[in-house]
Amino acid sequence: MLKRIFPHPYLTALLTLVWMLLDNTAGPGVFIVGLILGIFIPIITAAYWPDRPVLKHPIKIAAYVLIVLYDIVKSNIDVALIVLFKSNAARKPAWVTVPLDLKTPEAITVLAGTITMTPGTVTADVSAQGSALLVHCLDAPDPDAVRDDIKSRYEARLKEIFE
Amino acid sequence: MVVEIIIAACLVIAGFFGLVGSFGLIKLDHPMARLHAPTKATTLGVGGVLIASVIYSFAFEEHGSLHELLITLFLFITAPITANFISKAYLHRHELEEELPEPNGDTNWATLERPEWSPEPEKTQEG
Repeated sequence: MLKRIFPHPYLTALLTLVWMLLDNTAGPGVFIVGLILGIFIPIITAAYWPDRPVLKHPIKIAAYVLIVLYDIVKSNIDVALIVLFKSNAARKPAWVTVPLDLKTPEAITVLAGTITMTPGTVTADVSAQGSALLVHCLDAPDPDAVRDDIKSRYEARLKEIFE
Repeated sequence: MVVEIIIAACLVIAGFFGLVGSFGLIKLDHPMARLHAPTKATTLGVGGVLIASVIYSFAFEEHGSLHELLITLFLFITAPITANFISKAYLHRHELEEELPEPNGDTNWATLERPEWSPEPEKTQEG
């Protein structure tokens, strides 16, 4: 019964929160409207999510977000230094193949987004059967290190969250 | 006073990274390299302005405002997709299949994969 009303409990919470942020107030009225949206939208759209991933460890999302935020700041500074002080000839751009252990499309999407948002690397493509990501590095003297870093830092954590 | 200094610092940092991102667009010499510059401007550049705006609203206005968090959320969702589309277009136009690394165990990268019935693409790898 509870599963009928809340097919996606996290989506319900997220929609309520987004509605309250959109309205930019925190009164009970806004909360109730948000909750109504948060209950009905998942029910109406449930048919489009046949194989939605089950989050195994939702708590670890917080740790993941913090790590990614820290990395964004750190690599922003790195890339700013490259842009300002490194000549184009001295830069070593590289294409890197990141083999994927993740299987669910949602987890791969989050990983690809994370790689793009941490500057210095951009996800360019996924392989035809989804077993690898094609990543472009702005300056990578050691492409293998970039690949290992992505795998150990992001992919291993996403694997714990999603699979 | 302290709050004002923090807000000013956030704005200056944001402006600096926005400037570096724009400068990167001019300075970098390769289409894929130039793609890295805008991803930077959206993260720290826009992020700094938004944090400053949140602090300002809580310190000096009647109601605090967290609207800005939504902008960050939407940017984090849309920016990687834009970058992905631009690089896919680049792969089609300019990159030779042989120059890309091997996909791990797969036949090809999704963008370059052609069904068997499709005709050979015209060679456009001039520029």
